Amino acid sequence: MSEQPAAARPVRHRAAVATPAGETRASAYVCEAASCMSAQAHDITVNLAAQCAAAGLTDVMVKRVGCLGLCAAGPLVEIPQTGELFAQVKPGDLGGLITALKSVKPGATPKPQGPFFEKQLRVATENMGRVDPESLEDYIGRGGYEALQRVLADMTSTEVREVVSQSGLRGRGGAGYPTALKWTTVAKAEGKQKYVICNADEGDPGAFMDRSVLESDPFRILEGMAIAAFAVHATEGYIYCRAEYPLAVARLRTAIRLAQRAGFLGANIADTSFTFDVQVRLGAGAFVCGEETALIASVEGKRGTPRPRPPYPAVEGLYGCPTLINNVETFANVPAILRKGADWYASIGLGKSRGTKVFALAGRIVNTGLVEVPMGMTLREIIYDIGGGIIDGRPFKAVQTGGPSGGCIPADYLDSPVSYETLIDLGSFMGSGGMIVMDDTSCMVDVARYFQDFCRDESCGKCVPCRVGTTQLWMLLDKICRGQASLADLDQLERLAKVVQKMSLCGLGQGAPNPIFSTLRYFRDEYLAHIVDKRCPAGVCEIVRLPDARPLDAQPTEVPA
Amino acid sequence: MTVYTLKIDGRDVAGSEGQSIMDVAEENGIDIPGLCHLPGIHDRGACRLCVVKIGGSPRLAAACVTRIAEGMDVVAHDEELEEYRRAATEMMFLERNHVCAVCVANNHCELQELSADLGMTHFELPRISPTVDVDLSHKLFGLDHNRCILCLRCVRVCDEIEGAHVWDVMHRGLETRIQADMGVDWGDSATCTSCGKCVQVCPTGALFEKGRPVAAGTRDERPFLPWLRVHQEERGL
Amino acid sequence: MPVLHAKPAPPSDDKRWKIVETRMRRMGDRPYALIEALHAAQEAFGYLDESALNYVGDTLGVPHSRVYGVATFYSYFTLKPQGEHTCVVCTGTACYINGAKEILAGIERGLGVKPKQTTPDGKLSILTARCLGACSLAPAVIVDGAVMGKIGAAELVAQLEAM
Repeated sequence: MSEQPAAARPVRHRAAVATPAGETRASAYVCEAASCMSAQAHDITVNLAAQCAAAGLTDVMVKRVGCLGLCAAGPLVEIPQTGELFAQVKPGDLGGLITALKSVKPGATPKPQGPFFEKQLRVATENMGRVDPESLEDYIGRGGYEALQRVLADMTSTEVREVVSQSGLRGRGGAGYPTALKWTTVAKAEGKQKYVICNADEGDPGAFMDRSVLESDPFRILEGMAIAAFAVHATEGYIYCRAEYPLAVARLRTAIRLAQRAGFLGANIADTSFTFDVQVRLGAGAFVCGEETALIASVEGKRGTPRPRPPYPAVEGLYGCPTLINNVETFANVPAILRKGADWYASIGLGKSRGTKVFALAGRIVNTGLVEVPMGMTLREIIYDIGGGIIDGRPFKAVQTGGPSGGCIPADYLDSPVSYETLIDLGSFMGSGGMIVMDDTSCMVDVARYFQDFCRDESCGKCVPCRVGTTQLWMLLDKICRGQASLADLDQLERLAKVVQKMSLCGLGQGAPNPIFSTLRYFRDEYLAHIVDKRCPAGVCEIVRLPDARPLDAQPTEVPA
Repeated sequence: MTVYTLKIDGRDVAGSEGQSIMDVAEENGIDIPGLCHLPGIHDRGACRLCVVKIGGSPRLAAACVTRIAEGMDVVAHDEELEEYRRAATEMMFLERNHVCAVCVANNHCELQELSADLGMTHFELPRISPTVDVDLSHKLFGLDHNRCILCLRCVRVCDEIEGAHVWDVMHRGLETRIQADMGVDWGDSATCTSCGKCVQVCPTGALFEKGRPVAAGTRDERPFLPWLRVHQEERGL
Repeated sequence: MPVLHAKPAPPSDDKRWKIVETRMRRMGDRPYALIEALHAAQEAFGYLDESALNYVGDTLGVPHSRVYGVATFYSYFTLKPQGEHTCVVCTGTACYINGAKEILAGIERGLGVKPKQTTPDGKLSILTARCLGACSLAPAVIVDGAVMGKIGAAELVAQLEAM
């Protein structure tokens, strides 16, 4: 099993929940998402339930929940009645928690939790850390399936699409295509059989939003997909999920089973004529399968290589049928929009970017974790107020957004609002929502080389410019990093990057040069330091000094003929 | 059948619904280069040499897989496109080890002809120069990976015309290779019918007939799979 | 649709083939079940050998060369048995800027194995992953299924040597 965690199948846990028979005075929410799980969070749940019982705390509820967001401080336990968050809890040392649970007064109100939580606005992640991800009752208790039932009872498919259109929701997978437009294309496409696919092949390094949503609130995705299926007249759905996310896959399968049993999936949903069922399909370690047409090939059991569009999947997709593909976060927004209305959703945001966006904060940042903010919040607010700034108070250098197709944004633009449009203007990309913060210990040429290495490794090999060009770009960047390049090499890097961008078949190749363009735009001095002064300002790259400064391959070679 | 009128390089041309830009250009004597394209088998738009500009869209489209539409304004030749095509051709030369002087396909190689048409004089991009194998295990034919540009004509002709599906590709990215059955030597393939169609359609000297030395090609002596065209019409490709 | 090929027998009477067979049958033994079938076989046997690939291909009516093409395309599938222990080093962006490179260098110095290699005694395989989504634990590694976060090269090598 190369390139993936060895635990292909997680140990199945029973929900070790203490549920009070009468009134609940206090509760302990134990985060059981992947990051905390890897720090024995489940032992905390089990031990805490046992110790509460031993201490006679019969009015205390202990339950597992999804991601509490502040992954850096895990494992986490929250007492929602007071808003207290316990960080780095040890399964063997729960005395403090028990004392805190004992002292909760009936009807307590939560204390302020600090900017990490208070500056956020939870829509797609509103249930995260609130519901037990394997409990349908819990989901329904938080308003789950209200939207689907209302849609099926009172609305036509056109009306549903109209609501989504008015909300201004755009694809959260990266490109920001208007969701309602895609839905309408599928709805109007000819074909008896139509499909809905949830793209959960979250491949961007440094991005874990989709994983957290799937692990924390899987029913929400099923509800969002069902509403979409109703709106586009589809009867079958697939969730294409990375095999590297075993916990997410397990919780999805559980949720599908429970939803089928409760009549929220399958034939005649909610006693109407609407029929829709969902299956999980596993990815197998190919980044390119996040691209729509490659994803379809993979669901069909083939090599995950993209094909030229048009025809778009909305017209000719899975098995040649019209297919709607949206990403996890897009589907997660849908139930909230239908429940609370298009106007409410459209009132959040900036310009053409409406609603909220989930970001995964990682890198050299204090509060690594998962956050959801209204579109239009500035990078500074996200990184400093919510993220807590840079580790050890070092100087901020850049934030990388958009994954391997994105770019690096320097300190000068920290006050830019975050939206689809502004990020593109800054030479970056919204992408799926990874935000990797870098300080002065990162070399930007090395970062560009890192992303190029990623792209050449993940290139499917179908089209020439991506297969060959990404490797050649990497070779040039490597030469610069080793201090062996000339200014002519830099020219060539820029020319070649343009060719790869324009000529490649799919988004992977077309986006692969973006990290180069953006680092050249903002950090050209670092390139020049490597080339002219033969030094790496950040001290990251190993400069190899050649005895003769003239590169050996500087002479053009003849075409053999 | 609906007939569409469109412009290619400023010329008014017409074609029927479902035809590709490449087909219509070909019918009208407008040459758009392409190495993975071969009439009679499915197109895949992978070599990217046939990219054209359509109606001022910033995105380039592969002519072989883009269907025509009414009023389309196609630019198939301009300086920018020629530059991109030259770069892509250069990449094909540099990806493996092409030495034309000792190649069986010398003087009748589509890659070589293309480089001449594009006025290529030298290479500028980094050479990749991988170590790759030559498979001489088949009694009639040979496979030299040094000369393969992964157009996959062999894979498609073996699957779609011969129906044997001996060939497919293995691995991915730069490691992508043509392979027979379970990655076995060609001579050990249980499915190969030795029909030689793959050799006939290879644009370079990657697949070749044994016993024919450098530059003594096979294609000039035999018709180039003439029924492929018939097949194309029958299947409406 | 008429079935043109007879359904082949499993390569051996090993009970684990039943799991693979059931998974394929549930999907109608159709070609699109290929990746699911390969997942099932790898889950059952740890890796995919030639007999597994042949069996899956013949059952689903997929040409052998295509089965091989798919199995080698996806990095999750492995055609070779792994070492007794596995150590997966995450090389996602967050881990990269927090020292994944040093971890791999440390393993190579200390144990003499590179990514995708197994120690000569077959004890340990080193793998890399393109982001485990455990960015909050960067740099992260997974040793025999257990995630270890914020780990230094020396500490990790010492642990691996002790196994």
